[in-house]
Amino acid sequence: MIKGKAWNYGDDVNTDFILPGIYLELTDPNEMGKHAMEGIDPEFADKVQPGDVVIGGRNFGLGSSREHAPIALKHSGVGAVIAEGYARIFYRNAANLGLPTLECPNVSKEIKTGDAVEVDLVKGIITVNGEKQLKFTPVPEFMMEILNAGGLRSYIKENRDKW
Amino acid sequence: MSTISEKILAAHSEQKDVTPGEIVKAKIDFAFMPALTAALSFHAMYDMDIKKVWDKDKVTILLDHIAPATNIKNATLHKECREIAKEQNLKHFYDINSGVCHQIIPEKGHVYPGMLLVGADSHTCTHGAFGAFATGIGSTDMGAAIGTGKLWFKVPETIKINAEGKLGDRVMSKDVLLKSAKILGADGATYCALEFKGSTISDMSIGARMTLCNMAIELGGKTGICEPDQKTFDFLEGRVDHEFKPVYADTDAVYKQTVEIDSARLEPQVACPHAVDNVKPVTEVEGKAINQVFIGSCTNGRLEDLSMAAEIMKGKKIHSDVRVIATPASPEVYYAAMEHEVIKTLMDAGAVICNPSCSVCFGGNHGILAPGEVSLSTSNRNFRGRQGSTESFVYLSSPATAAASALTGVITDPREA
Repeated sequence: MIKGKAWNYGDDVNTDFILPGIYLELTDPNEMGKHAMEGIDPEFADKVQPGDVVIGGRNFGLGSSREHAPIALKHSGVGAVIAEGYARIFYRNAANLGLPTLECPNVSKEIKTGDAVEVDLVKGIITVNGEKQLKFTPVPEFMMEILNAGGLRSYIKENRDKW
Repeated sequence: MSTISEKILAAHSEQKDVTPGEIVKAKIDFAFMPALTAALSFHAMYDMDIKKVWDKDKVTILLDHIAPATNIKNATLHKECREIAKEQNLKHFYDINSGVCHQIIPEKGHVYPGMLLVGADSHTCTHGAFGAFATGIGSTDMGAAIGTGKLWFKVPETIKINAEGKLGDRVMSKDVLLKSAKILGADGATYCALEFKGSTISDMSIGARMTLCNMAIELGGKTGICEPDQKTFDFLEGRVDHEFKPVYADTDAVYKQTVEIDSARLEPQVACPHAVDNVKPVTEVEGKAINQVFIGSCTNGRLEDLSMAAEIMKGKKIHSDVRVIATPASPEVYYAAMEHEVIKTLMDAGAVICNPSCSVCFGGNHGILAPGEVSLSTSNRNFRGRQGSTESFVYLSSPATAAASALTGVITDPREA
């Protein structure tokens, strides 16, 4: 169960918003976490609490292949991203890191910043403020295997024979 | 009845044919990493308990995004990349004197038709211009690719961009792409491959095709592909020492969608802040004052791009309120531009020439914008804050529009310059 507060940034949250280009020289994930979302909300990294959920509209994560973006989110404490749609490189990168990226129609209208959110990955249900329930699109089986392994690194370590 | 992407993915996963949506594990032919993502990729590979790359001849690192180093952090990153290249005994390594990765990879003969190429940079789709399936991936995927020589792919549906007719004077391939972005939107090709076809594409140079494929990602595309032809083979002659078999789409291949571009009627296009699909014909944006012009990047840093700018600027002076930064994409481009007096013409007009690198494009190297400033850039992204302050504004255009605008100080139709 992922439990926290929602941060809604709407449509087209690009990778320069999630981690601006000047921080691409960083290699320490915790350092990246300190600059998460700095391109759109410079105070985000100070405000976010472990388990919080970032909400987006269409095309979340468009732009660069920089894995720094989902690394920064993960290491800032973000427990999951829920959006209406994703750019494909970001989506893969996040899953490979074990950061759940869930697709849910209309989520950017249904959940606002400050709402309390609970995500049940097994049942596929998001509960908002203890009342409203939203269903997210089931995670593809192959992606779920990677998420369950904790990301692609441990998945490959454990499944080298069938890779 | 397969598209180019389907055929290449089938051949690399030892299947007769594949269906869009299917997940395949495919063999990689070549993998490259710019410095900014290389260290992370190797950290990922080591975390998978893999010590050595699967094939030292087929993996390379290029120091291109920031070159030369501008501070201690990125100098340390460059140092780590050099050490990794030595430890791993990589056959190819490209230091800060090499240029932009997407220019170097084809120039040095690492791309050929029918291959499967991955790069830890989103603009890896550029290499589809040579009839390859080339796609950008993140660092963990790259760790798996360089460690095992394999990676999983979801077979994409293909969207056909069919451009017919002759482009007008000073209308360039960038304009075709920006028009496509306007039609499809920034997520219109998500999870899809783009195939560029039609007489306009056949007439284009290799460099112009690279501009098209380069920006497939800006429409969400997994890759952009052009069919290889004699121009492709002529470019590759003397560069590629690998045997290859060109791959073409079947005449009855199934496309998700076809976008028609009427090239003869196409005007120069401009992508306005802060989205690549916020595209307008130049005639609707004319007169917007600008502070900086950037001519360069993996999108438009080739000889024909610099030559177009030089043709427009020849014997003239850049407007006093504008600074122009021109960056050849590689030493090969730089040498040719010197030989043809392109560099001299640009310098005479008042341009600053920077060394081959990613330069101004991504806001992490040089040419940073101050709050309130406006840039007209020939690169590929105009997200808020992309080239500096989050209060600056980036417009995207062809080198022709950029050069014409540099002379007047406002966005200008290059057909009138």
